[in-house]
Amino acid sequence: MEETIIKTAQPVIDSRIPEGPVAEKWTNYKAHQKLVNPANKRKLTIIVVGTGLAGASAAATLGEMGFNVLNFCIQDSPRRAHSIAAQGGINAAKNYQNDGDSVYRLFYDTVKGGDYRAREANVYRLAEVANNIIDQCVAQGVPFAREYGGLLANRSFGGAQVSRTFYAKGQTGQQLLLGAYSSLNRQINAGKVKSYNRYEMHDIVMIDGRARGIIARNLVTGKLERFAAHAVVIATGGYGNTYFLSTNAMGCNCSAAMACYRQGAYFANPAYVQIHPTCIPVHGDKQSKLTLMSESLRNDGRIWVPKDIEEAKKLQAGEIKGSDIPEERRDYYLERRYPAFGNLVPRDVASRAAKERCDKGFGVNNTGQAVFLDFSEAINRLGIDVIRQRYGNLFDMYEEITDVNPGEKANTIDGVDYYNPMMIYPAIHYTMGGIWVDYELQTSVKGLFAIGECNFSDHGANRLGASALMQGLADGYFVLPYTIQNYLSDQITVPCPTTDSKEFDEAEARVQKNLEHIMAIQGKRSVDSIHKELGHIMWEYVGMGRTREGLLTALDKLKALREEFETNLFVPGTIEGLNIELDKAFRLRDFITMGELIAHDALNRNESCGGHFREEHQTEEGEAKRDDENYFYVACWKYGGSDEVEPTLIKEPLHYEAIKVQTRNYKS
Amino acid sequence: METNISFKLKVWRQAGPKEKGHFETYEMSDIPTDTSFLEMLDILNEQLVEKGEEPVAFDHDCREGICGMCSLYINGHPHGPATGATTCQLYMRRFHDGDTITVEPWRSAAFPIIRDLMVNRNAFDQIQQAGGYVSFNTGGAQDANALPISKVAADEAMDSASCIGCGACVAACKNGSAMLFVSAKVSQFALLPQGKVEAKRRVKAMLAKMDELGFGNCTNTGACAAECPKNIKLSNIARLNREFLCAKCSD
Ligand SMILES: Cc1cc2nc3c(=O)[nH]c(=O)nc-3n(C[C@H](O)[C@H](O)[C@H](O)COP(=O)(O)OP(=O)(O)OC[C@H]3O[C@@H](n4cnc5c(N)ncnc54)[C@H](O)[C@@H]3O)c2cc1C
Ligand code: SF4
Ligand code: FES
Repeated sequence: MEETIIKTAQPVIDSRIPEGPVAEKWTNYKAHQKLVNPANKRKLTIIVVGTGLAGASAAATLGEMGFNVLNFCIQDSPRRAHSIAAQGGINAAKNYQNDGDSVYRLFYDTVKGGDYRAREANVYRLAEVANNIIDQCVAQGVPFAREYGGLLANRSFGGAQVSRTFYAKGQTGQQLLLGAYSSLNRQINAGKVKSYNRYEMHDIVMIDGRARGIIARNLVTGKLERFAAHAVVIATGGYGNTYFLSTNAMGCNCSAAMACYRQGAYFANPAYVQIHPTCIPVHGDKQSKLTLMSESLRNDGRIWVPKDIEEAKKLQAGEIKGSDIPEERRDYYLERRYPAFGNLVPRDVASRAAKERCDKGFGVNNTGQAVFLDFSEAINRLGIDVIRQRYGNLFDMYEEITDVNPGEKANTIDGVDYYNPMMIYPAIHYTMGGIWVDYELQTSVKGLFAIGECNFSDHGANRLGASALMQGLADGYFVLPYTIQNYLSDQITVPCPTTDSKEFDEAEARVQKNLEHIMAIQGKRSVDSIHKELGHIMWEYVGMGRTREGLLTALDKLKALREEFETNLFVPGTIEGLNIELDKAFRLRDFITMGELIAHDALNRNESCGGHFREEHQTEEGEAKRDDENYFYVACWKYGGSDEVEPTLIKEPLHYEAIKVQTRNYKS
Repeated sequence: METNISFKLKVWRQAGPKEKGHFETYEMSDIPTDTSFLEMLDILNEQLVEKGEEPVAFDHDCREGICGMCSLYINGHPHGPATGATTCQLYMRRFHDGDTITVEPWRSAAFPIIRDLMVNRNAFDQIQQAGGYVSFNTGGAQDANALPISKVAADEAMDSASCIGCGACVAACKNGSAMLFVSAKVSQFALLPQGKVEAKRRVKAMLAKMDELGFGNCTNTGACAAECPKNIKLSNIARLNREFLCAKCSD
């Protein structure tokens, strides 16, 4: 987008939301948008970076439509994108259970769950196309769970009063991704999609103010390669690994998003980061990632720490075990603080409550950074068989990792049986913020689109369970393939650019210089050691509880860390050929920039909402306090021209027509 | 409970596809037993980088046993000694102080080595591209519940669809056959009404591609299913053979 407004004034952001009532916008849009006819589709090339749910579904659908698609991923196969790891399920408003669900209700729950910080029009469209996703996936042969009558089964998830989640065992993401991958394979076979595996996009190539190609590195040969297209779609996932430890896969990164940001694409709401309450705690400094334990465990598990701090100390020292502490000396703090919702409060609330106890010294585990999730009461009530039927696979997974079996009786005190409790702690899980996009999913750079977790999406300040898969597939199957045509319709006479232009030369030279710079530092510290330090800073100061002071400290420390990276990093090997340390170093540089961006946004947002909690802004009971008067907007950050320069804030005000903005309440 | 162990690690090192490989031995000391196998390799790599040497290249991503990216032939077993688990789900408590642990890449003509423990499994994608799909264009699907499918069939299809495409079956097989992998996909679709229409074309195309890419023949040794981290059953291969015969008969 041409920047017509000078820095001092507030630029106006055009989110291109169609006219009409919220329920009619998408229909209106589709009725009036411009299309590309089949003969012309053959002349147009589209780059899709990413093969997760968003990227694979978009690439396959664009191929089916007749476009030429170039599709990239960093793994050795498109099927291994991080989406494969999603467990729980995908939402839709089918109302198959006849429990009163509707498109409007799904829309409403998503907006409310997002703490009233999402764009109404986008969320409504998401809810509207959600049902098509289920139809589509069944037609592909995705083996969703079924009832004995042969119809689809549903389960319940947090933040909703209806049962609208479709699932395939605990492997929903896997099955949905394999469905998209199969459609993608059909297009690869048909020659409409060219697939580039083990390729990493490093930069966007801009020609005459439009995105016209990318520079990607072949991770096996180490060579930079040029790819040209009429439009570029980014579907590269979230930035959770900025925190080093997260539930994300090891390769998840924000480099492609940062490349877009540096080319002028606004980055929206970076501070909205989701912290999941039930993950296996950190056990040592050698740990590489955190494992999610399903939210469903909170249906029967009770969360507690000792009432007596001396007992917590003994637990930390390993002198006693959780099962040595009888009922009356346990503090079920969620049940105590939130009698109405108890252990089933939303993710953000449960996470903060755990942190509060641990900060006060009541944490368990040798680190003091964990709480118990206990099934004794449920096992005594329902029997171990029922509990194992419900959670057996999760118990096994927990045992494999920790060597503790939560289904094993460990003690009997005064005739009451106590089973081994699990230990859990919150961990970074998902990022609601991302590249800013308009209603058409186009970024503020012409011809550059962003879909899936990497855009700032439809989840506002907090995402509900089972809604990320829904959004990724909605974007890829049903939204982008339409909206991108509105952009491409006047590009049909433009030939695909050649890759020998000066713009490609310059872009490649830029990337080459960065890579050479990283190789030339030849300092003393490994990539991982600096990344871990970044993670510590982010978790400590930009994590679950944020303060102005802490955020300022974080910005200072991040500046120093960037300096450390620039002067003391060591990458062995050479720039040629496969170099796994160089791959990681390139991503780390972007994580540091991302970290600063998160901190800036968190500092600016003087309110608490969803995943963003500023300790200065809470009620007397310690609940999040929003400030709708001053912060009812999407915070869009514009790159300052260099990583060292502070970004500028541009606000996209939110307008709600269909929904009344209210305070979320979980106490009564 | 957590203890520390020390052991010898014999790792296959190979600079590139055409280069000659060799075993390198590393002394690993004081490794906590609650470290995962891949975290143990991270520790080794950190030590190598500190000494200015190049780290051992190995594939991995999710570290939760679902993406199928990790591999490794550990002490003669694909994905190591644990059953029903991938390498990334293996913890050091399975090993003992003083052990020698041997780590090799998948060895198969169809999976050329890229570097050290990293191999190229692109052949698996090519087999899927040959026919591992239902030909259906986005849009135009009927309501999902218009087509009831028996729970038994759906559950069985789900079991077959659980294959993570890791390639352990090929690495375990003395013939280097990919039958278990191919049969898992063929079975998923053969069990579901959506897959029936193209069943014959699919099985022939996928098997033809498999042969073309240099995978060996299946002689029913069952090593694949014994080492499969996702417990994909041998009965899938039987189903594939039936499907194939059926397809040939109707030619
Ligand atoms: C453990 C876990 C469980 C989850 N469970 C659920 C659930 O039950 N329900 C739900 O709705 N959501 C769930 N989520 C969230 C959901 O899985 C993700 O938000 C979603 O899958 C993201 O999809 P995506 O397509 O946007 O990106 P991803 O799946 O992350 O794909 C990113 C793609 O981009 C590629 N890529 C990245 N960078 C580059 C680059 N520079 N160059 C080239 N390619 C690149 C990658 O190779 C990959 O193909 C879960 C998340 C986790 C971590
Ligand atoms: S069949 Fe089993 S061993 Fe073979 S690729 Fe699939 S999951 Fe891996
Ligand atoms: S790293 Fe994903 S299965 Fe092992």
